[in-house]
Amino acid sequence: MAALEEEFTLSTGVLSAGPEGFLGVEQSDKADQFLVTDSGRTVVLYKVSDQKPLGSWSVKQGQTITCPAVCNFQTGEYIVVHDQKVLRIWNNEDVNLDKVFKATLSAEVHRIHSVQKTEPLVLFQRGAVRGLEALLAEPQQNIEAVIPDEEVIKWSEFFMVFKQPVLIFITEKHGNYFAYVQLCKSHSLSKYTLLLGKEEKSVKPNFTARVDGKFISLVSLSSDGCIYETLIPIYSSDTEKNHRLIRALMLKAVVSGAARNGTALTILDQDHVAVLGPPLPASKECLSIWNVKFQTLQTSKELPQGTSGQLWYHGEILFMLHGKCLTVIPYKCEVSSLAGALGKLKHTQESDPHSMPHFVDWETCSGYDLGSYSADQSRTLRRKKIETNLQPEVPGSKQLLSIIKNDSEKHIEVELRKFLAKSTPDFHTKIGDVVAGLLGRCKAEPSFYPRNCLMQLIQTRVLSYSLCPGLMEIALEHTDVQMLQLCLQQFPDIPESTTCACLKLFLSIGDDCLRDININMESVFDYSDTIQDEKKEMKEQTEIVQNGFSPEDNSCSKDDQQLNKKPGDAAKETTSFPVTSCPVTPKRAALINAVLHSAYSEAFLLPHLKDIPAKHITLFLQYLYFLYLKCSGNATMTLPGISPPTLSQIMDWICLLLDANFTVVLMIPDAKRLLLNLYKFVKSQISVYSELNKIEVSFRELQKLNQDKSNRGLYSIEVLELF
Amino acid sequence: MPIFNLSSFSKRLKDKEWGIRCVAYNNQSNRLAVSRTDGTVEIYNLSANYFQEKFFPGHESRATEALCWAEGQRLFSAGLNGEILEYDLQALNIKYALDAFGGPIWSMAASPSGSQLVVGCEDGSVKLFEVTPEKIQFARNFDRQKSRILSLSWHPAGTHIAAGSIDYISVFDVKSGSIIRKMVLDRQHLGVTKSRCIVWGVAFLSDGTVISVDSVGKVQLWDSATGTLVKSHLIANADVQSIAVADQEDSFVVGTAEGTVFHFQLVSVTSSSSEKQWVRTKPFQHHTHDVRTVAHSPTALISGGTDTHLVIRPLMEKVEVKNYDAALRKITFPHRRLISCSKRRQLLLFQFAHHLELWRLGSTLATGKNGDTLPLSKNADHLLHLKTKGPENIICSCVSQCGSWIAYSTASRFFLYRLKYEHDNISLQRVSKMPAFLQSAVHILFSEDSRKLFVASNQGSLHILHLLEGSFKHLHTFQPQSGTVEAMCLLAVSPDGNWLAASGTSAGVHVYDLNHLKLHCTVPAYNFPVTALAIAPNTNNLVIAHSDQQVFEFSIPDKQYTDWSRAVQKQGFHQLWLQRDTPITHISFHPKRPMHILLHDAYMFCIIDKALPLPNDKTVLYNPLPPKNESDVFLRRTAHAFKISKIYKPLLFMDLLDERTLVAVERPLDDIIAQLPPPIKKKKFGT
Repeated sequence: MAALEEEFTLSTGVLSAGPEGFLGVEQSDKADQFLVTDSGRTVVLYKVSDQKPLGSWSVKQGQTITCPAVCNFQTGEYIVVHDQKVLRIWNNEDVNLDKVFKATLSAEVHRIHSVQKTEPLVLFQRGAVRGLEALLAEPQQNIEAVIPDEEVIKWSEFFMVFKQPVLIFITEKHGNYFAYVQLCKSHSLSKYTLLLGKEEKSVKPNFTARVDGKFISLVSLSSDGCIYETLIPIYSSDTEKNHRLIRALMLKAVVSGAARNGTALTILDQDHVAVLGPPLPASKECLSIWNVKFQTLQTSKELPQGTSGQLWYHGEILFMLHGKCLTVIPYKCEVSSLAGALGKLKHTQESDPHSMPHFVDWETCSGYDLGSYSADQSRTLRRKKIETNLQPEVPGSKQLLSIIKNDSEKHIEVELRKFLAKSTPDFHTKIGDVVAGLLGRCKAEPSFYPRNCLMQLIQTRVLSYSLCPGLMEIALEHTDVQMLQLCLQQFPDIPESTTCACLKLFLSIGDDCLRDININMESVFDYSDTIQDEKKEMKEQTEIVQNGFSPEDNSCSKDDQQLNKKPGDAAKETTSFPVTSCPVTPKRAALINAVLHSAYSEAFLLPHLKDIPAKHITLFLQYLYFLYLKCSGNATMTLPGISPPTLSQIMDWICLLLDANFTVVLMIPDAKRLLLNLYKFVKSQISVYSELNKIEVSFRELQKLNQDKSNRGLYSIEVLELF
Repeated sequence: MPIFNLSSFSKRLKDKEWGIRCVAYNNQSNRLAVSRTDGTVEIYNLSANYFQEKFFPGHESRATEALCWAEGQRLFSAGLNGEILEYDLQALNIKYALDAFGGPIWSMAASPSGSQLVVGCEDGSVKLFEVTPEKIQFARNFDRQKSRILSLSWHPAGTHIAAGSIDYISVFDVKSGSIIRKMVLDRQHLGVTKSRCIVWGVAFLSDGTVISVDSVGKVQLWDSATGTLVKSHLIANADVQSIAVADQEDSFVVGTAEGTVFHFQLVSVTSSSSEKQWVRTKPFQHHTHDVRTVAHSPTALISGGTDTHLVIRPLMEKVEVKNYDAALRKITFPHRRLISCSKRRQLLLFQFAHHLELWRLGSTLATGKNGDTLPLSKNADHLLHLKTKGPENIICSCVSQCGSWIAYSTASRFFLYRLKYEHDNISLQRVSKMPAFLQSAVHILFSEDSRKLFVASNQGSLHILHLLEGSFKHLHTFQPQSGTVEAMCLLAVSPDGNWLAASGTSAGVHVYDLNHLKLHCTVPAYNFPVTALAIAPNTNNLVIAHSDQQVFEFSIPDKQYTDWSRAVQKQGFHQLWLQRDTPITHISFHPKRPMHILLHDAYMFCIIDKALPLPNDKTVLYNPLPPKNESDVFLRRTAHAFKISKIYKPLLFMDLLDERTLVAVERPLDDIIAQLPPPIKKKKFGT
């Protein structure tokens, strides 16, 4: 989620912001330090995190800086141009700009561009480009004119594309805009005509650009308030001059069309742009972050004191002139929030009613050295120490690790058992090391798969997915469903992609494969015995449904009848979809139940669910529907057995599957009846709940009536029999 | 099976706000000073089961804004009238008031050594006072600031002071009095710029960190050496109004206007590193309204606010033994009796901060069975509304048993009225010319026959007045024990008029012989303060309830504890009885049943039947009414001495009017809350 962090301001005491704002804000070679050039005579180096200036330099009275100061990342020096032709180069130690290196050039400079890992480039006003080194070797060298006379450079940007410096600049001539792409190494220059809307003529559009593969994505904010994207090829295939480029609408009406100036935009990353400007004609200026991919406004910040219509973005920090102050807003784009990542918690049914409420003691959590341990605890610690001293023959984790690297599977197993028999204070980390060692060897030697060791380690209940990220992948490779089931049951933090991969495997694995595997079946009750009961339950179920809604107003009853009219179809459907018996074998059911129990976050699970083949989707849906029927069959809405899937888990998964694959399911004839049934159920549920709501209201009224009776008022006399 | 006609009085007290303004915790004596918005200051003894052992009546013009303990156990307060007050904790009066000459005082802090006080004033001045043994002495002004100083905190070394003002925090050097650092706060709140940012609280830590809480909803940590912001926690959408730091500086607590209290702790970043950082660990929501003040005792977080509750939340990791001290305490009602009753005329006198109300109870002719509400033949009458003169709050009041005398006292004056009843009219006549020694009383009591008035003055003496028709005569004064000036807070007189029992805040209970006007005996001292006293008719047994929920019965003629009391002490009270968290505030007796003792606290009333066996920890203490169809054997087996009823709560007062009538006064919490300003609305789940 993209977010703007808390803003702060840099004091701009020595800087004089003209009506046009500042010339520029540029990165220096040290992180967190930025060069700010005002429109007059001053350059200031700021340390942003400290909110204070580190150095300030001014040119003489009468001189004007014409190009923002940049840093030469190769030498760490700063470069500025004043009076269009005079180049100054200095470093942090210099105090006076008059006394530093000076070079007078023969042509007027438009801008100096500097990025990391390459020498700065000087762009002259007539379109010529020179490297700084070459220029300084011969400052008075002749500078050719590249662009026609009346064209004026409006905007320029410099990229490194595959170690090749690329310069793009936009020129304007009588309201027409042209883009030039200069490949500095091959000295090839391509010219493009930008086709802008008719209305653009009067107002200067704002540009920003980003390299996107072999294209430069030029993003412009035009005066109608929309953002357009133009793709300019970096390496033009044909040499034919004057290509025309069509722009594409990217975002609609992000700023008010009426805003003549004070708008700016910058690309933040692949999906986000920052836009400065009033969102509505009458509103104050705003800094807004838009997600281009989803076309959503991520966050915005009002800037009531107005801005200069300039926005700089360097190293996750946005700079702008807000009122008289240079405002700094750190920008962060995190992948997701913590809550979103955690998602649904694992449902634990067996909560111990006698367990003591657990208070987190931060002090004892934070370490052993705090001395807040009670005498008791230190005594047990001491005892543990003694115990470890008594068993010197048990291998330490280091020895075990070396054994894992070289020895046979059998030997490892024996040593591991010894290691697990004792418990050390930092058991967690040692177990992690051991698993990492085992997995490392698994990866190195494909034939090495110490299944028993890994099972043992998982059963210690201290492992988690993040502690051994490769474990489940390896188990998936070996189609070791038993281990996967164990992992799903034990690990609290399995990523959704892995959960889904497990699900895919469980659904696709052949029944004959499953037959010989020993699987923990405690989450599955014996379906075959209860089929008779089920049928009875089914009957009751329909009766209950009848209470919930009347079939007369059921819109799908017609479809039902239609379905029934085609006896062949119906017969096929009933055979292909026998709801009353479990659609999967008990072993497979146990595996799927492990998936149902695992924790997930919907947003991350959905994309992976789409990858499951339609056949398996139907099977899974049938199984879920079957579980749902079993669940709703009894009064407590639970399934028999030890830790069966709960109703809410079943419902969540049905919803998720349908969300992810609705169009697919819709197309499968087998699933039609299933969908209809689900629809009926949902409908009946809604009507049941609405009836319950009505009952609740009547009960509340009754309660109110009762309360009125017990309300004593200011004074009353009551009869009280005490004992 | 006694059946009572119960006159239940749900009193809708139209009282002024009773919200808590500030609290100050004294580590040395484990006492807590609490000031209310009306200027009342209460002292709670946290060691004695959180009993409110002392109080100083409020004053209309005195809005206390700050409280602090200095020089060990001396208590100071400062308020919007610009005065600094010192309280005399022995005589329960105000020692002196000193004008700071800086306009209203918003904040005050005592130096870590306790020898100096600073106050922050409306005019932006910070004034330093030296605490001398008798008074305080103005020492110096610090650099004057532009706006009011709302919060102050001393550096634990006593060298610097942090002062919170509007929009900035300043750090003063105590030696020179000059400002050495100024830290400006950001007024932004979630993108909205507020007109100003009020620094409600600051705390100075020994490593030079200043923690500030402000109206923007932030808790911010500043480095006072460089004046830079180190860390900012946005914790509320509304003001964060108070902060308190533990003495070890490993945890602090803040209170917000949303009623939430947050606990912050200094926690290691990782288990092995020594680098620590402040982490918000626990939020508590025990208040509905603003938390105006918080305190941090070594084992508990204490918070108080507009909703009148004083909440003491123990820190579980600091509590060693898991006993009843580890439970959350919420103190809402005063631990003293504000209501007195005239049995003969069936009158109730209600004491408010600035007036008294006299009500006559109604009557009924009907009868009914248990639980019935009977139709009233005559409703309760509001007979009298007596307003005090002057700005002082009423300390205590009493109506005589015959209903023809009313007495009350404020901090500086004592009033006695004679009431005459002519059919439905009553006339009120003030008894003038009170003697000079009767200035202020801590407790007033009329004798059973209404012919004597007993007044406990705040100088420790007990005055006995003989009441005549419209006038009085001074009979005798019992002077306090030599060397003590402790005020007597509770009085009890025997129905036959021979004995008077008096108890102070810490010393034992003294029993005086009224016929011979001499000290009869002193009940053996007990560790915990007395919460209620009464002398039984006929037997003259003195029943004493203490704040640790122990009840003793002491025979005055024999000068020793009764056998029953010894038996109770031997077996011990039921565990649940000892775990009640409000003290017993009133004890009375049934005239015809000498074995019964009636007593009540805020959440129950109990009739102790001394004839029945005592309950042990295995029996059910609270067994309402056993079902009728149970066998006699069962009833006999389960019956025990404590008959408890929780029908009426919160119970402010309960007494026996006659053999068959009880009167109970309830103060429904909803009514209190209804009178408070509305709390800050919080969004709940998209509603």
